Amino acid sequence: MKTKNALTWIALGCLVSTAGWAQKSAVQSIEEYRAMLQDGNPADLFEAKGEGLWKQKRGPKNASLEQCDLGKGPGVFKGVFVELPRYFADTKRVQDLESRLLTCMETLQGLNAAEIAKTPFGKGEQNNMTALATWIAAESKDMKFSLPQAHAQEKVFYEVGKRLFFQRAGAHDFSCASCHGQDNTRIRLQDLPNLTKNPGDGVGFAAWPAYRVSNGQMWGMQQRLNDCYRQQRFPYPGFASDATVALGVYLGVNSKGSASVAPAIKR
Amino acid sequence: MADPMRIRAQAAGDKTTVRVLMAHEMESGQRKDAAGKLVPAWYIQEVTATHNGKPVLTAEWGPAVSKNPFLQFVVKGAKAGDKIAVTWKDSKGETRNDEATVS
Amino acid sequence: MQSRRQALKKTALVAGLLASTGMFPQFAFAFSKEAFEAKNLADVLKALGAGAPTESKDVTITGPDIAENGAVVPLGVSTTLTGVKQLLVLVEKNPAALIALFNVTASVEPAFSIRGKMGQSSDVYAVAVMNDGKVFFAKKEVKVTLGGCGG
Repeated sequence: MKTKNALTWIALGCLVSTAGWAQKSAVQSIEEYRAMLQDGNPADLFEAKGEGLWKQKRGPKNASLEQCDLGKGPGVFKGVFVELPRYFADTKRVQDLESRLLTCMETLQGLNAAEIAKTPFGKGEQNNMTALATWIAAESKDMKFSLPQAHAQEKVFYEVGKRLFFQRAGAHDFSCASCHGQDNTRIRLQDLPNLTKNPGDGVGFAAWPAYRVSNGQMWGMQQRLNDCYRQQRFPYPGFASDATVALGVYLGVNSKGSASVAPAIKR
Repeated sequence: MADPMRIRAQAAGDKTTVRVLMAHEMESGQRKDAAGKLVPAWYIQEVTATHNGKPVLTAEWGPAVSKNPFLQFVVKGAKAGDKIAVTWKDSKGETRNDEATVS
Repeated sequence: MQSRRQALKKTALVAGLLASTGMFPQFAFAFSKEAFEAKNLADVLKALGAGAPTESKDVTITGPDIAENGAVVPLGVSTTLTGVKQLLVLVEKNPAALIALFNVTASVEPAFSIRGKMGQSSDVYAVAVMNDGKVFFAKKEVKVTLGGCGG
């Protein structure tokens, strides 16, 4: 009798421990998958292309982008990514990275900004834009976000961005907040970061530009926001429009202090 | 002219780990475009690597290798300063060759 | 154990390769078309002229338990055996099972990592084809899931 009981306990004990050990949650397995992809991010390929484009003489003016002012003076590319969007005195506008690259491509190289803005993502100059944005982001990798809020326009854009974030519209009455306005929500296996506050290092605003493995495409923040609009069944925003820049200010200021992991790799 | 590869070669003792990122669509021939037409297959078929000019690896790939392929392998007996070169050739006959120095 | 057709194809392709690269006469090889069209492990091995496979603890297949997206699944194949001629990576349920083939030389470790496409959850195989014709394999299940809609 005793032996039988002892054996039963051992058997049960084994069952429990094996079950516990085998019960790696789906979330853990997904995290392992993501970790496996970190080394060897195809974003590197776009980064290399972007660096080349910064230095290459192009456009009707046959000039490079090496004098482009991205917020810390002409030609400075290290550390600028984590301070964008910000106000620029020469254009009298608050601009994000891609908007500012557009300005430089036009003023320094003579390329047609309006044409580029109308070009669909993944085509023509938009590919170059994405590569440049990827490289600029990489030059601030692991640095902490610190968007300036000193200028009146920067503060206005924060408030506008906040309004847009919570504005419900479209056929489904969605807003950005529908998915990103609270903690602990997800769509299928995708955790949704709460973007009304700092979601932490490398999350949300801090994770774009990113290479998306599901379609093998490199996406900048402009494309990320554009796709959010698409998912909410909103009309598409203009490329580098004030609305997208304002949202960037809201998200970026909320991320203050978190580290950028861009360019990241994502599903 | 195809986009360049990114090759990193790091020596640790007698072993050098080589990590390569290649820019290539790797179309499987199974995908349909927006108009519903099958996108023709187009993928890297042969990969070769040399160490200081000496062939060390050849590989054949099919269309199921992921887009923008990543490859990792370990070369024996390489040391810092040595050259690792990688060449690929795809189903259209296009090729690309890049080199890196072992660090 | 190659068929005449394979031998002839090999010669033609070798000639083409030599003409284009001129780099590796001793490594000139034909693209193993039949192997890359075969539907399962047995047919792949037959196309390569290799023997019947035996499961072995000396061959390792690494990969995630769950791949968030089947487009990019990191897979590693390796073996502690010596005398390996080729290492193969197979995804059983793909339209064509063989996804990559590595010719092992004395200058590289018999260990390779790549990323492959998986159409659905499936067993993935690491197969070592030995110089003496023996074949050993290891397999692992990788579940593939679509993620959500966002980042």
